[in-house]
Amino acid sequence: MDYTTFRKQVLDKENSVVEQTKEFIKSIEDKTHLNSFITTNFEKALEKASESDKRFLEGEPRKLEGMIIAIKDNISTKGLRTTCGSKILENYVPIYDATVVERLNKAGAIIIGKTNMDEFAMGSSNETSYFGAVHHPLNSDYVPGGSSGGSAVSVAADMAFTALGSDTGGSIRQPAAFCGNIGFKPTYGRISRYGLVAFASSLDQIGTFANSIEDTAALYEVIAGVDAKDSTSANIPVEDTMLNIDNLNPKELKVAILSDVELKNCSDEVLSVYYSILRKIEQQGISIEEVSFDNFDAFIPTYYIVATAEASSNLARFDGIRYGYRAELQNGDDVIVKTRSEGFGAEVKRRIMLGTYVLSSGYYDAYYGKALKARRLIYDNYKKIFNQFDFLFLPTTPTPPFKIGEKLNDPVSMYLSDLFTSSANLGSVPAISIPLGASSQGFSVGMQIQSNHYEENKLLNFSKYMLSL
Amino acid sequence: MDTKAIKHIAELAHLKFKDEEIESFAIQFSGIINYVSSVEKLSLERIEPLTRPFEAQNVVRQDMAQSSIPKEDALLNAPKRNEMFFKVPKVIE
Repeated sequence: MDYTTFRKQVLDKENSVVEQTKEFIKSIEDKTHLNSFITTNFEKALEKASESDKRFLEGEPRKLEGMIIAIKDNISTKGLRTTCGSKILENYVPIYDATVVERLNKAGAIIIGKTNMDEFAMGSSNETSYFGAVHHPLNSDYVPGGSSGGSAVSVAADMAFTALGSDTGGSIRQPAAFCGNIGFKPTYGRISRYGLVAFASSLDQIGTFANSIEDTAALYEVIAGVDAKDSTSANIPVEDTMLNIDNLNPKELKVAILSDVELKNCSDEVLSVYYSILRKIEQQGISIEEVSFDNFDAFIPTYYIVATAEASSNLARFDGIRYGYRAELQNGDDVIVKTRSEGFGAEVKRRIMLGTYVLSSGYYDAYYGKALKARRLIYDNYKKIFNQFDFLFLPTTPTPPFKIGEKLNDPVSMYLSDLFTSSANLGSVPAISIPLGASSQGFSVGMQIQSNHYEENKLLNFSKYMLSL
Repeated sequence: MDTKAIKHIAELAHLKFKDEEIESFAIQFSGIINYVSSVEKLSLERIEPLTRPFEAQNVVRQDMAQSSIPKEDALLNAPKRNEMFFKVPKVIE
């Protein structure tokens, strides 16, 4: 059940927020083997649930009254532990709320807990968390995707109506595709990053997990919009995402699709879903046309250079002095070096090392400088595409979910999981993954729609239309 | 990439690897460098680097005093502290 349906039930007095909260709590307690939460917030959630019920009774429910939501553990929640899936922040309790959390609280949403994630959002399988791997709800031998794996699982396995995640190169869309829900990353700057622990500041964007486009839109409208505390937030009004699919005239829509060159690394199962959807939309009278991406093979290297360069700088703040873990010192130990070496896990160290290397003297121009130029090409290519087309339609992931452990010791093959998602972050465009098929093993297969900057309304409307076909 | 180069990068990053880790790390790290070095081959002359993902504009606010974090709050997460300060290991003799 989605929140929109639940809200109607409560308004019709057929359900209550307290009952629903209890149901989700039971579900979380029954499914601890999935390891999707790091910290739960049950007591507070129940308190807020009875307050919500009161507001419903009084006829004054707020926009997200009683929306029970899970929050990725890199989004700051005042008084509620926020670990980023890392030993270095194991006992860190924020003294302020992220802007998105503040807005959720004001709108009546109820935070049920903080979800597990790849350490500092660095991973595509949710295996790098200090608190252990998250498991796929359909088969625990498989990964749920990452880095927002806990958020995706909590929405897929009835532990919350919706969840927030963060997406730096696909960290919302990829787990949403693996777990069968809707994962939405708006345009860079649409949602304030204040209180999101930074991984790569020019790519990071907070976004949503939900089981319906209506829930996605309701949540998006509350958390989006300019914020004085984030000077990179866009000062562009957020319109009501009127979900009126009747306004869409398929015959006027032009959709760009990928050619065989870009799809060469796709598994047959993903390809067959992709092609069957293409046939469907053609039958609706929508015009589709292949577009080309120059240097497609350089997208992932470009992404990893930009992301790790920014990460190496952002993660310099973890020094064991003001907050977080501090190593026990013996004679001659450097507090910062020992704290970081013990506090960060293997993947985070790899990425800090890569970022430090590509920024280091003698390599800056060859790597970081080149990557910034390649990013310009990707950005310009998107502008060109969206001058001619309404949407770009592409798979979310090259393969269905893979097994736990399968790619963990082969970083490059893990990085390729982001093949179709990282370009939207490099180009700052909005992107959404919606479930449109299934693999032979029964895993959901997600497809991705991208649109021009700030066209979230159009994107959500078209997504709803696609889900209705 | 040899272990000496890895040690140099680690020093810049304020990280230290154990001697037994460093060789296997060097092999894996070289693989990653090799993979991302494909950007070196792109011909990108006369292309301006994209340094920020949005239209740059100055964001200013009124120059008004605002309250800051209370001292007690700022010290809440300190690994070591006294009533007033963060405590750090002695750095001068």
